[in-house]
Amino acid sequence: MQLIECPWCGPREEVEFHYGGQAGVAYPDEPAALSDEDWARYVFFRANPKGSFRERWSHNAGCRRWFTAVRDTATYRFAR
Amino acid sequence: MRLPTGGRIDRSVTLHFTFDGVGYTGHPGDTLASALLANGVHRTGTSVNLGRPRGIVAAWSDDPAGLVQVEEPFPEPMLLATTIELTDGLVARGIPGRGRLADVPDTARYDRRHAHCDVLVVGAGPAGLDAAREAADRGLRVVLVDDRSEPGGSRPTGDETLVPGILHLQRTTAFGLYDDGFVLALERRNGTPHQSRQRVHRIRAKHVVVATGAHERPIVFEDNDRPGIMLAGAAREMLHRYGVLAGQRIVVFTSDDAAYEAAADLAAAGAAVTLLDARETAPAIPGVEVRAGTMVVGSEGVERVTHAVLSDGERLPCDLLLVSGGWNPTAHLFSHGRGDLRYDDALGAFVPGEPLDGVTVVGAAVGPPAPNRLVLWRTPGDPAKQFVDIARDATVADIARSVGAGMRSVEHIKRYTTIGTAHDQGKTSGVVATGVAAELLGVPVASLGTTTFRPPYTPVAFAALAGRDRGTLFDPERTTALHPWHVGAGAVFEDVGQWKRPRYYPRTGESMDASVLRECAAVRTSVGILDGSTLGKIDVQGPDADVLLDRLYTNMISNLAVGRARYGVMCGADGMVIDDGTVLRIADDRFLVVTTTGGAAKILDWMEEWHQTEWPDLRVHLASVTEQWAVFPVVGPRSRDVVGAVFPDLDVSAEAFPFMAWRDTVLDGVPVRVARISFSGELAFEVNVSSWYADVVWRRLLAAGAPFGITPYGTETMHVLRAEKGYPIIGQDTDGTVTPHDLGLAWAVSKKKVDFVGKRSFARPSNLDPLRKQLVGLLPVDATTKLPEGSQIVEGAVLPPPPVPMLGHVTSSYHSAELGRPFALALMKAGRARIGDVVHVPVDGTLVPVEVAGSVLVDPEGTRRDG
Repeated sequence: MQLIECPWCGPREEVEFHYGGQAGVAYPDEPAALSDEDWARYVFFRANPKGSFRERWSHNAGCRRWFTAVRDTATYRFAR
Repeated sequence: MRLPTGGRIDRSVTLHFTFDGVGYTGHPGDTLASALLANGVHRTGTSVNLGRPRGIVAAWSDDPAGLVQVEEPFPEPMLLATTIELTDGLVARGIPGRGRLADVPDTARYDRRHAHCDVLVVGAGPAGLDAAREAADRGLRVVLVDDRSEPGGSRPTGDETLVPGILHLQRTTAFGLYDDGFVLALERRNGTPHQSRQRVHRIRAKHVVVATGAHERPIVFEDNDRPGIMLAGAAREMLHRYGVLAGQRIVVFTSDDAAYEAAADLAAAGAAVTLLDARETAPAIPGVEVRAGTMVVGSEGVERVTHAVLSDGERLPCDLLLVSGGWNPTAHLFSHGRGDLRYDDALGAFVPGEPLDGVTVVGAAVGPPAPNRLVLWRTPGDPAKQFVDIARDATVADIARSVGAGMRSVEHIKRYTTIGTAHDQGKTSGVVATGVAAELLGVPVASLGTTTFRPPYTPVAFAALAGRDRGTLFDPERTTALHPWHVGAGAVFEDVGQWKRPRYYPRTGESMDASVLRECAAVRTSVGILDGSTLGKIDVQGPDADVLLDRLYTNMISNLAVGRARYGVMCGADGMVIDDGTVLRIADDRFLVVTTTGGAAKILDWMEEWHQTEWPDLRVHLASVTEQWAVFPVVGPRSRDVVGAVFPDLDVSAEAFPFMAWRDTVLDGVPVRVARISFSGELAFEVNVSSWYADVVWRRLLAAGAPFGITPYGTETMHVLRAEKGYPIIGQDTDGTVTPHDLGLAWAVSKKKVDFVGKRSFARPSNLDPLRKQLVGLLPVDATTKLPEGSQIVEGAVLPPPPVPMLGHVTSSYHSAELGRPFALALMKAGRARIGDVVHVPVDGTLVPVEVAGSVLVDPEGTRRDG
């Protein structure tokens, strides 16, 4: 059971957290202006690298705040 | 034989126990194994596959053979005699490698504790005690756990200097090391009846010190599995810890200096000891006959060993044959932490390799020094009778077979032979198996490596892992404020998420179908009342509350007037429906969002996610108020009479209180909110009140409704009534691939709003496909068949050869009191274009003709909602 550092609460057990996938995928400013393909890219496509990855996490069972963290997907280690 | 002095037992107290039906005595401080050996009993049972007699081999949890079934005080299978602390009245018996689970409920409690520390030391032998003391002296917070009954490691004296000011737990086995210094440890409390029997300590340590010592390993020879053949260190431990001499005529076979200490101690205790050393030169020790260059190649005896057969052919009489092939570091926890083990040629053992962050290995667990060890895995003999894993009846011949079948990895050999997969996880056999395999393959041991140690280090009962999370505490049960009333009214409950909801209220002898038909009829003809308190409720406040809701709902919320309510649908970005419900505007900057019962937590999370991650600039706050409000829909043509009678200050006339409006009123000083929302198509008033007053308000509604035969109804009737009106249940009539348009809810999708979550997806080509599945009604032509939910829909009355084209499936199906017939809702390809067609549904092997209908089957004109 890993410890995850919540920026608000400090280190807590991973079961308190909810994973939110890739970080930095912004909701498009004008969805209506996008092609079907570009919209599908926003809705369905996410990076899946081996190694360092910026992710969204929510401290769901704690302060309920979302935050961004960098984690290595091969070692599970969070960057400090 | 029990010696008159020595050992850590209390001879002043006699304990009585029974093994295999025979009564024996022992003393506090004994294990079942030491007490049996004190009484001259070596044989404990028979082996799992071959039925060969087996006895005690080791002195602790590394024993591969001494399995017993405990009958009293509580039935437990597959325990090691060596790890059972003797208690008065213990009843146990030997088993043929398999035990029997208890057929009576376990009344003992099991618990869980949490500990956080700077340093966790595992093992309270000399190295562990030193490490704990040093850490405590530095002012660190220390936890020390040890699996034995007292500290001191393999040679406790009772004079160990303990470390003050730390959490020190004996009888506590650290059985798994996980990420970030997380260690699980099982404490056997053996305490008074009010105590839990065992508890799992969840320890989070900044640093873990592994001081777990070493395990002795045997040398394999023919017939090496007979009772009376033990590890040398085990016999020595029986002597020093329990004052037990396990034999009087002892043969010790070794290739290592370490066994000499055992031989000397046993000789000093009065045994006749002959030591056979496989090495060509052997040291001399007083009181022991030492023969160098001699090996044991076999044994004789049936129920107990009688002779050692030597490499020179001599048959040496003995009643105890001790073996020592060297010592393996107990590096299991290091391996759990993904530490690599490295083969040390001189030691003939796998030792901790590259250091791990946060884990230090100390003492014999690093690899005990053995300067003169001859690494010997087995002696010459019949491979089919040379047992490598005694617990699994697995021999050198089995390893040869796996190698012959082409296996080259120890992981494959392990799985093929099952070596190392028994209760002991190969503590004595694992390394020997690697050594024998390397020999057979003609490769260095280092190139084969060892199998990975995985938790748990020793067997852990599921009851201990479950702790108190069993029975009603397995998953939290949520009940509404009215739960006691429902129980008293004889409700049959169903689980909705964690909620207990009344499903129906049967009268004496009444079936569910009959109850539901009665409840439905009461609602449609007079008045019924439902406990709807489980509906999710979210208080949305702030100047931008309407902006957030406009972006998340498919329909317009910002133009909703204070005092009014609106039905709304939420979709994911993919345009698929995720929840529906009503929104009440409480003030310009305040809304009450009502979600489905099952979607409450999900939708609050959903709203928080968008607010926090996409639109943090919006000034809005969200809070769940599900549990604060009790909600009672009063439903049916007479509901106005009932609500008007209970709340005299409220004008319930259709003119003053229109559909989809809400009004606040007061009842005896208690604020009450009433909303004209209907989930049945009937005239309905939803009464909202603080949960503290739920019971009294409910009873007043019942009293006022008595003249009209007010009928409490459950979720089943609620489902039938809503299905008759074609109102979907999200998650039952939808599955994450259904749009609002598919459900016939296009009217709830705003065309005015520039954007909302999901809108762009409605224009994707697949969303415009005319063959999308749509929600329709299905009416079985025979007017009697109730279609099973989940049934497929096919076209014709005769099935074509497979694959049969599927038109869709039945999502909801009920008997309707109002229609006097069964009906169903279904998702069907191009369903709305096919209204009036007859298609077919296979039921129990026959194709039942069904007519496709609109989804609104009762009161399609909506004439009833105003009463």
